Amino acid sequence: MGKYTNFRDYEHFVGRWWMLTGFALLLAVPAAICVVYDAWPPLTWVLEGLLGVAPIYWTVGTIEVLTYVPMLGTGGSYLGFFTGNLTSLKVPCALNAMESAGVEPGTEEGEVISTIAIGVSSLVTTAVIALGVLMLSSIRGFIESPALQPAFDNILPALFGPLAVVYVSKNWRVAMAPLVFMVVLFVCVPSLASSVGVLVPVGAIIAIAAARILYKKGLV
Amino acid sequence: MFDPNGPFMYGLVAVVILFVIAMSVRFIVLAWKRAKKIGMDPKVLRRVAVSSAIFTIAPAVSILLGVIALSRALGFPLPWLRLSVIGALTYETPAAASAAAAVGTDLSQLITDPMVFATIAWVMTLGIIPGTVLVPTVGKKIENGVMRIRQKDEKWGSLFMTALFLGMISAFLGMVFATVSEGLRGWIPCFVMIASALIMCVCAVFVKVLKWKWMEDYALPISMLGGMALSIPITNLINAIA
Repeated sequence: MGKYTNFRDYEHFVGRWWMLTGFALLLAVPAAICVVYDAWPPLTWVLEGLLGVAPIYWTVGTIEVLTYVPMLGTGGSYLGFFTGNLTSLKVPCALNAMESAGVEPGTEEGEVISTIAIGVSSLVTTAVIALGVLMLSSIRGFIESPALQPAFDNILPALFGPLAVVYVSKNWRVAMAPLVFMVVLFVCVPSLASSVGVLVPVGAIIAIAAARILYKKGLV
Repeated sequence: MFDPNGPFMYGLVAVVILFVIAMSVRFIVLAWKRAKKIGMDPKVLRRVAVSSAIFTIAPAVSILLGVIALSRALGFPLPWLRLSVIGALTYETPAAASAAAAVGTDLSQLITDPMVFATIAWVMTLGIIPGTVLVPTVGKKIENGVMRIRQKDEKWGSLFMTALFLGMISAFLGMVFATVSEGLRGWIPCFVMIASALIMCVCAVFVKVLKWKWMEDYALPISMLGGMALSIPITNLINAIA
């Protein structure tokens, strides 16, 4: 750790270097394609393409940083935000790891457990995709079979059902307000399902407000 | 001649994948050493690593399906690379489709024009960049804010974090109900959610009553895989009725 007396500060130092290098590497990929094939697209093509996704995904990306950084801790955040698939994989994986290890997010113990869980998850994901692509001819028929389709269509309900049992059962008083609000909202406006990321902080604000009221009244 | 499945593209994937592996290993080593230094039991760390690995397999296969789906238009290397970093399938597909539409094409066939391919690669890269910029710049400030809440009032700090989780979980649980207005078939995600939740309850009974402590670490992967497996007969049954 050298001059850093605080582990978190050292993690930020290490994380910033990795993130900066990774950022440059990611930009180098399309740049390399342009250089090698001498194919620089007009700026208007890229801007027009970005117009279709950037307004929503830059907003979601910003919201994810505000919401997930406190949950994942320093190391987990650098790793999770670089390796992606946060909502459907890294965040539930880290939450489950902290819960089963009996440590709290925001503590140093929670910090290391979250980082290990996300690191292992990234390595396994990389291995599964690599093996899958290399063995594609032999497994394609199986994993793309219509019989298995419902299983992959329902990953999120199958994931969030058990998470609800763990967290809602422990804090049902706090959970009621955001849960009821979200169920009613999605039933009334189903099209919001495609922008669920934007609604995460709305749920968080409702839950925090409910928790504060209950805490002040001594009910939690 | 440009080939989206050419050796150059696989070379780019190899560099990025090696970077992801190196970064993951670096952070695991950093956290593991720190855990030992603050006196955490190595057995707990190993259990966390194994259960996280098992938990990851099913979602990773789902990501692989995304790579396969996008490969029809973009070849294997670019989707493989993109789904190994930053993004998620819910982002990469619309980003690629938006870029393709901007240049007057679509994703129904393999893209062999390097200019179009490069446009798609730029849009996929730049369209989800905030995380890599914001975590190093404001991540520490966010963490310090949460730390201050904790230091001021430990109990409220802990409750604040729990409320943050519950907010996230509520949004995704609510989303499961988004299709209920479509009739019985629209209830399938709800039934799958209930099935996996029930499996979790059964796991909890095993842990509490039979004292199967080991199950505590694997309850979530077991419930998720069980829910996914049960979604097949549930879907078949509802399709037969509806």
